[in-house]
Amino acid sequence: MSSGSGFGDEKGGSSSVGEPEYGHDPASGGIFSSDYKRHDDLKEMLDSNKDSLKLEAMKRIVAMIARGKNASDLFPAVVKNVACKNIEVKKLVYVYLVRYAEEQQDLALLSISTFQRGLKDPNQLIRASALRVLSSIRVTIIVPIMMLAIKEAASDMSPYVRKTAAHAIPKLYSLDPEQKDQLIEVIEKLLADKTTLVAGSVVMAFEEVCPERIDLIHKNYRKLCNLLIDVEEWGQVVIINMLTRYARTQFLNPNVNVKSDLIKSNPLGEKAFYGSDDEEGKEEKAEAAALAKRKPYVMDPDHRLLLRNTKPLLQSRNAAVVMAVAQLYFHLAPKAEVGVIAKALVRLMRSHSEVQYVVLQNVATMTIKRRGMFEPYLKSFYIRSTDPTQIKILKLEVLTNLANETNISTILREFQTYIKSMDKDFVAATIQAIGRCATNIGEVRDTCLNGLVQLLSNRDELVVAESVVVIKKLLQMQPEQHSDIIKHMAKLTDNIQVPMARASILWLIGEYCEHVPKIAPDVLRKMAKTFTNEEDIVKLQIINLAAKLYLTNSKQTKLLTQYVLNLAKYDQNYDIRDRARFIRQLIVPTDKSGALSKYAKKLFLALKPAPVLESPFKDRDHFQLGSLSHLLNAKAGGYQELPDWPETAPDPSVRNVEVPEWTKCSSREKRKEKKVEKPFYSDSEEESGPTESADSESDSASGSGSGSESEESGSGSESEESREESESEQEDKEDEEDKRKKKKKTDRGKVKAPAVESPERFFFIFSRFRFLILEVQRLASDSCSLRTSCRRWHKKTIAPSGSVKTYELLHRITGEGLGVEYCFSRQPFSPDAHMVAVQIMFTNNTNAETKNLHVEDPKLQSGMRIKEFPEIELLPPGEMVTVVMGIDFCDSTQAANFQLCTHIRKFFVSIQPPVGELMMPVFMTENEFKKEQGQLMGMNEISEKLTLGEKCQNEHGIVQRVTSAANVSRSSCSSSLKSNLQVCRKDGVQWDFSVGYCDGDWHNAGEGYSTGPNPVAP
Amino acid sequence: MIHSLFLVNSSGDIFLEKHWKSVVSRSVCDYFFEAQERASEPENVPPVIPTPHHYLISVLRHRIYFVAVIQSEVPPLFVIEFLHRVVDTFQDYFGLCTEAAIKDNVVVVYELLEEMLDNGFPLATESNILKELIKPPTILRTVVNTITGSTNVGEQLPTGQLSVVPWRRTGVKYTNNEAYFDVVEEIDAIIDKSGSTITAEIQGVIDACVKLTGMPDLTLSFMNPRLLDDVSFHPCVRFKRWEAERILSFIPPDGNFRLLSYHVSSQNLVAIPVYVKHNITFREGSSQGRFELTLGPKQTMGKAVESVLVSSQLPRGVLNANLNASQGTYTFDPVTKLLTWDVGKINPQKLPSLKGSMSLQAGASKPDENPTIIIQFKIQQMAISGLKVNRLDMYGEKYKPFKGIKYMTKAGKFQTGMQRPHVSCVKA
Repeated sequence: MSSGSGFGDEKGGSSSVGEPEYGHDPASGGIFSSDYKRHDDLKEMLDSNKDSLKLEAMKRIVAMIARGKNASDLFPAVVKNVACKNIEVKKLVYVYLVRYAEEQQDLALLSISTFQRGLKDPNQLIRASALRVLSSIRVTIIVPIMMLAIKEAASDMSPYVRKTAAHAIPKLYSLDPEQKDQLIEVIEKLLADKTTLVAGSVVMAFEEVCPERIDLIHKNYRKLCNLLIDVEEWGQVVIINMLTRYARTQFLNPNVNVKSDLIKSNPLGEKAFYGSDDEEGKEEKAEAAALAKRKPYVMDPDHRLLLRNTKPLLQSRNAAVVMAVAQLYFHLAPKAEVGVIAKALVRLMRSHSEVQYVVLQNVATMTIKRRGMFEPYLKSFYIRSTDPTQIKILKLEVLTNLANETNISTILREFQTYIKSMDKDFVAATIQAIGRCATNIGEVRDTCLNGLVQLLSNRDELVVAESVVVIKKLLQMQPEQHSDIIKHMAKLTDNIQVPMARASILWLIGEYCEHVPKIAPDVLRKMAKTFTNEEDIVKLQIINLAAKLYLTNSKQTKLLTQYVLNLAKYDQNYDIRDRARFIRQLIVPTDKSGALSKYAKKLFLALKPAPVLESPFKDRDHFQLGSLSHLLNAKAGGYQELPDWPETAPDPSVRNVEVPEWTKCSSREKRKEKKVEKPFYSDSEEESGPTESADSESDSASGSGSGSESEESGSGSESEESREESESEQEDKEDEEDKRKKKKKTDRGKVKAPAVESPERFFFIFSRFRFLILEVQRLASDSCSLRTSCRRWHKKTIAPSGSVKTYELLHRITGEGLGVEYCFSRQPFSPDAHMVAVQIMFTNNTNAETKNLHVEDPKLQSGMRIKEFPEIELLPPGEMVTVVMGIDFCDSTQAANFQLCTHIRKFFVSIQPPVGELMMPVFMTENEFKKEQGQLMGMNEISEKLTLGEKCQNEHGIVQRVTSAANVSRSSCSSSLKSNLQVCRKDGVQWDFSVGYCDGDWHNAGEGYSTGPNPVAP
Repeated sequence: MIHSLFLVNSSGDIFLEKHWKSVVSRSVCDYFFEAQERASEPENVPPVIPTPHHYLISVLRHRIYFVAVIQSEVPPLFVIEFLHRVVDTFQDYFGLCTEAAIKDNVVVVYELLEEMLDNGFPLATESNILKELIKPPTILRTVVNTITGSTNVGEQLPTGQLSVVPWRRTGVKYTNNEAYFDVVEEIDAIIDKSGSTITAEIQGVIDACVKLTGMPDLTLSFMNPRLLDDVSFHPCVRFKRWEAERILSFIPPDGNFRLLSYHVSSQNLVAIPVYVKHNITFREGSSQGRFELTLGPKQTMGKAVESVLVSSQLPRGVLNANLNASQGTYTFDPVTKLLTWDVGKINPQKLPSLKGSMSLQAGASKPDENPTIIIQFKIQQMAISGLKVNRLDMYGEKYKPFKGIKYMTKAGKFQTGMQRPHVSCVKA
């Protein structure tokens, strides 16, 4: 052990002993040890060369930050350790850096180079973490560096790094909003990403940076819908909320036809009280007219897709996801389907009280519009004595909204028990709820009123007061029938002290003084006595009462009124003084009194409409449900309005992705199966319009849904596959459809080689050794398993393409009448994927039967294998029989030698594979293809020269020549390859693109190209 | 999204703060304290409080308020759910989520918060991923760390974040491969004084503790899946499979997790396993009241009702209670007026009872005679809904795991005692 480290140990020991004295205990902190000294210790530890000391120091610093203590003066000492080898030290330094970089901009720059280095690291996780910290440093000067890093990371190979890039976008945007345009470009690029990992994060970035650019979503809409179930929970919430808004701009209201019903069946009976009949009539007429104009509603398949793909998420364990789906259904689904969300929302009520609070707020809003769907769950909203008051009040709100003629008696019974609760706020709310039930449901108005009147004799004054207020409102509806209640209440003025209740009683008596002509003046007399001691609100009502009585019964009350007005004249409150002066001028006739006094009676005793007792949640649904703005009933910053449905649907074709540029590979097994079952699509299918294709897509999805499920359930061995597989049915469909098309293409290719009109991208590459089929497909992280499975998939699906060349194995003369030919069928050999299928055709040219045809004694190079064809027992004269055998040439051009035996003779034969006939199907993206192509040079390259005659100067001619020379058939591909072709043609005659696929152990060269007008490329 | 987080203890001190974007001054919490003062009970603080520049969204767990600061529109449930997830993670890491535990592990807490949110947006919330990144502190590790100076930050990189099954960490190895499932059902009920059920529901969960090597793929099937009316799953469960066959098929996370929570259809009659007979009377003018309460088992299918705890909020007028419990102990808090009686196990032969007198405040009017009674109990080895697991199979791995299933029924929000007025008296 060196002396240096010994010293370090000693120091470490001493410092850890003295640990508590460093003063990160808040009590001992500021006063006893000076900040300067304390931080000196930490600095020393940070400067030491021992990781454990550094770690200890960093832990203390982080603890200081956590307690909100200022540790910014340590910045230079800490930032030095940004490149520390110890992971934990490094992480804590990052924590520190992100916290204080904003304050110490210049020093923070010292750390940037470390992160820039990290961005180039071969490990994706290090790249991601470097980007994460770099983008969290809020220093304006590094904006260009950040921008560059984000752009680079956005095209990183690793989806995790791309996800981090998406996270970095809003950080940069908040640092420098000027970068918006450039960031939108990055967002656009990332939106096109196909991985679930990225989807949630990029939509979050979209929402923060450019939520108004709804056009960026079009092309990604279907993909987002399909990926949704596999996105992590938090991303799901963001995506669903965004898609809700999107759908509101792009689809038609599914409830246009039922809207008028909704109004008619509005069960609250509000119309009778405060809607004039004329208005209603007009509304209905307008509605009817609008209806007549509208075509019958057909739901856009994309709208349906969204609803279908979000529904399973109602089962999520995450309350936020459930709420997001619920609001999506509430805002977007046809009325008949909204009901599914009720159960899930009721389930959330079991959760923490904060979750309950938010859910109940939303349920309250929903129950106003769609009461029916929560009615079966009425009892779930019953209040427990253990609920917090705010939950109780919300439940009460929901119960009130749910009340109707059939359930009102049970609800009222519940309410009666609630009144006995010890929670007074809740009791008051219950009484108001009873009042609302009474106004809304005519049948129970009297019952409620009686019940409330009984409450007037309650021991608790608050209950009485609240009842008075509610009764006052109820009485306004039919005052003439209830003069005895008014009398009863008049008596209460002796006892009840709650100002609001007193004021209500006085107002009632004043308003209906004609119904209680004897009592009213007496009440005024009593009130005049206590006037000076009353609350302001009561005083105002006393003045009101006096005025009204003066107008109706001036004989008895003239003096009293004068007295009250005089008292009010000298009141401390100017409102009351003003009111008194105003009323005196109005009612007491003097010579100066103006024209108004004639109308005093009309002014004071006008018929007042009954108050409307309505839910505070009415009309809250113009805010997107589940949002903060909805909860607060006020627009929060950054809230995106939920747009109204468009009158006419915007063009649905904007969502068409002309050619799905990818196929999903995780569900390969299943796809293989399905593929076989499916009939080919008719030709017209291909040309069908966008909506139609979307339609058929959804149809087929629902049709085969059960099939795929049972398939999955049947095999427990599929365990290595993710959930993804089973759930992205829709996606599969899409892929499948284009696979089918491709397959058809291939078949057609047999008949007429160049399929120029094809819009599909499909490559056939004939390599020296293997058959490469290139399909544009989704990037797979696990390329190995992908490949094997794709091979399997292709067993049944790839038909030989181009004209198949036949070779002679045994001439009929040497074979004594038995002629044997073989060809490379370009079919995958099903028993063993490594083998090449060789099709062998036997012709019996003799007059006798040939028996027991079989293979014997193969002589093979090491590594080569052969799979014999099953013995042909009998080949009648003149007949022909075809069998398939598999040979693994081991990627060499060595011949396979074996004996071909009949029942009488043996023939030595050999099969040597020609260049370009050893092949295997492989999926790869176009980019991968190009990349591999780039790697194939030199040894792997085969060049051939073709001389073109005068007559084949057109592209078609060249193509034909090349296809035959290279032994390939054609398909189309992207524009870049096409342009490649044109360049070559200008060159004159030479074709030498090398193409291939590198798999570590073999290299292939061949030729691949594309032709044809490509409708995809703009 | 989430700007900052403040942890506030019950005495109103901010003991931890963390900022994910620019620093928000802790004075923003003053608005929270104001609301806290206004609220009569701690749980009555509104979860969402608007302030002039920010919004405060808080949850209360373990007597700690987790106050998140928000600056712009964000679904409130998103934040609430996340905060609860944070608490769950702390609990998972430290066993207890108390102020002391958080203060003791402040560095781990900070590291966790750093990983859980990036720029205010949740990044890694799966406990399996987090545990790969930051190892939970154990006594042994703490000791080792102080001696060797090693860290509790995972050495390897969090490959779990890249996996298709992010909830499961890779390279799991156990010598004993075990999978335990607890079926726990809770009865929520409101029962009338006369014993008739006003509302009763069964909510159940299946909590799992799976310690299996490698990447096992499990399927769990029920004898009577129809009972499950509404379910919510851990993300590992394959939804399609459930839809089609009512089988739970999943690659489990490593360790403890909640596989499923369910609701038993309310159409089924819920068996109420206990009954309460009580009689509380006060005489007008007298300062004494009688108290009588008897408990008994009912529909328990022969299983014992255990850990019974009865609590009741007596009327305010009650000064003291002088009672006699036939078994267990009772306490009466004269300040909060809360009567609790720890009964223990109910013996069907000799029913537990609590009898005695209450003294009332002199001159107080006759209090209400029907206080709410809240009952807690446990019944082992029984799921009250009758739900039964049929079998558990494992695919994908060769070894034979040890499997165990336990059933339990508990009282959820189980209250009785309030008298419901008869329908006719409403109509009258």
